[in-house]
Amino acid sequence: MAGAGGGNDIQWCFSQVKGAVDDDVAEADIISTVEFNHSGELLATGDKGGRVVIFQQEQENKIQSHSRGEYNVYSTFQSHEPEFDYLKSLEIEEKINKIRWLPQKNAAQFLLSTNDKTIKLWKISERDKRPEGYNLKEEDGRYRDPTTVTTLRVPVFRPMDLMVEASPRRIFANAHTYHINSISINSDYETYLSADDLRINLWHLEITDRSFNIVDIKPANMEELTEVITAAEFHPHSCNTFVYSSSKGTIRLCDMRASALCDRHSKLFEEPEDPSNRSFFSEIISSISDVKFSHSGRYMMTRDYLSVKIWDLNMENRPVETYQVHEYLRSKLCSLYENDCIFDKFECCWNGSDSVVMTGSYNNFFRMFDRNTKRDITLEASRENNKPRTVLKPRKVCASGKRKKDEISVDSLDFNKKILHTAWHPKENIIAVATTNNLYIFQDKVN
Amino acid sequence: INSEIHDFCHLKESKEMEDKVTSPEKAEEAKLKARYPHLGQKPGGSDFLRKRLQKGQKYFDSGDYNMAKAKMKNKQLPAAAPDKTEVTGDHIPTPQDLPQRKPSLVASKLAG
Repeated sequence: MAGAGGGNDIQWCFSQVKGAVDDDVAEADIISTVEFNHSGELLATGDKGGRVVIFQQEQENKIQSHSRGEYNVYSTFQSHEPEFDYLKSLEIEEKINKIRWLPQKNAAQFLLSTNDKTIKLWKISERDKRPEGYNLKEEDGRYRDPTTVTTLRVPVFRPMDLMVEASPRRIFANAHTYHINSISINSDYETYLSADDLRINLWHLEITDRSFNIVDIKPANMEELTEVITAAEFHPHSCNTFVYSSSKGTIRLCDMRASALCDRHSKLFEEPEDPSNRSFFSEIISSISDVKFSHSGRYMMTRDYLSVKIWDLNMENRPVETYQVHEYLRSKLCSLYENDCIFDKFECCWNGSDSVVMTGSYNNFFRMFDRNTKRDITLEASRENNKPRTVLKPRKVCASGKRKKDEISVDSLDFNKKILHTAWHPKENIIAVATTNNLYIFQDKVN
Repeated sequence: INSEIHDFCHLKESKEMEDKVTSPEKAEEAKLKARYPHLGQKPGGSDFLRKRLQKGQKYFDSGDYNMAKAKMKNKQLPAAAPDKTEVTGDHIPTPQDLPQRKPSLVASKLAG
C-alpha cells in the first residue's frame, strides 16, 4: 500500500525534471498548478501563460523493472488567453489557477481548468486511425474531378501515428465578479463548485448558462469586509458536503441539504488563539492558503503560512495534528512582510493512504510529515541531485547560532525559490514538485 | 550521523529556542512598526482584503485621468519608474506607463 512505510522509511529518488535550465524565467513559464488524474497515469500542469501540459506515464518496462514508468508529454494546449474587461478597465490574466480531472468514463479524458474568471471543460482524446480511400478526394485533400471517377470504393480506416487532441467542450463564464481561487468536482460527477474571494457557485457540468450561488459572504457595505474565501472543496464521498477556508484561519463545513444558500455553516473549525500572543502578523499568517480532504473523507488538512494542520471532521474546536513547516521564519516576519513573501499561497497534499502529507517551502525545499511515525523530512528540488535512482539527501535549516556542516542558515535561504504546488500520485509513491518554472518527479527507490 | 537522531535533535533544539525567546513574532512586529510608524491600526483588515480584491486593475478611467490632468496642470504628475512593469497604486497611469498587450503565444517549455 502506498505510503505504508512512512515518510522517512521511503527513500526518495530523483526521477525526472521538465522545463528550461536557464535562470532567466519568462513570466509565462511560471507553473501555477499541478494535478495527477484519478489513476495517476496522467499528470497535468498549468502555467501563468494560460497553457496546460499533460504528461503520461509510460507502461512499465518489464525488462527495466528498477523504476516505474517515466512521464512523457502527452498533450499540450492553450487553455486560456488574456482578456480585457472593458467595463471595469480590468485585464484578466490567463494564468491557470487550478486544474481538476474528471474521473474517466470513456476513452477520452476530461479536465476542468480555470483562470480568474472563466472555467473550461477540456476533452482530451486520442486519434490513431484515419479514413483513407475517399472517392471524391485525393489523399492530400484536393478534390478529384468527378468525371475521372470510374469505380467506387468504400473508404477504410488505416492506422496512423497517435495524435492527441484537446478541445474545449464547455465554457463556464460570467459567474464570478471576484477572482476564482478553487474548483472542486462533486462525488456525484455531475456538478462542481467554483469559489472566488467572496462567493461560491455550483455548476452542472452539462449546463453553461446557469450557475447557483451557494455561498455569499459579501457584506452590504464593503467597508465592513473582514475576511475572504481562500479555498473550497467538496467532500470526497458526501455529495451534499463541502468546506471553505478563510483569510482568518477558519474553515466552514456546509451541507447543501440544509438550505439553498449555505451562508450558515453546519460546522465551524477554528483553533482558539491566545490573545496575549496576538501581533500585527497573526491574522496574515493564519490565513489558510489550501484545504484538502483526506481520501478517506474523515479528515481535512489546511495550510497556513507556517504550518499544516489536520482536522478531524468530528471535532471543530482544534486540529488533531499540527506540523511546523518552517517555524524558523517566525523571527523573519518583518522582512517577509516587506518582500510580500508572507502572502505566498502554499498548497498541500495527502499520499494515497492518508498516512503522509506534503507541502512546499522556500529555497526549493519541500517537507513531508508522516502522521504515524511523527517523523518529518526536508528535501530539495534541485538539478544538482539529478542522477536517477540516487537517494535524495535530507536537508536541514539552522535556525540560529551554530550552523552544523551541511545545514543551511535561515539567512541563506532563497525566498524567490518557492515550492507552492506539489502533487502525490493517488496510488504509488510518485510525487510531482513544481519549482518556479520546472517540474520535478521523484519516486521511491524500487529494488 | 544517524538521520533519525539528527532529526530529533533539531526538533528539540528549536523547542528550547522557542522557550528562550518569549515572542519572536512580537519582536518582528516592533521592528515593522519602527520602520513604518503610520502602518494601519487594523492589521490584516480591510486594506489588505480590498487590495486583494482589486488585483489586476491596471488601467484607468479616462474621466479620472482627464480631471487629474486638469488639476495638476502645473504640478509634475508622479510617473512610474521606467523599469516598472506593473502600474498600480496611487498615481494616475499615463498611456506611456501602461504595459504592452501580450504578444502572440508560444508553447510551454515543459513540453520541450
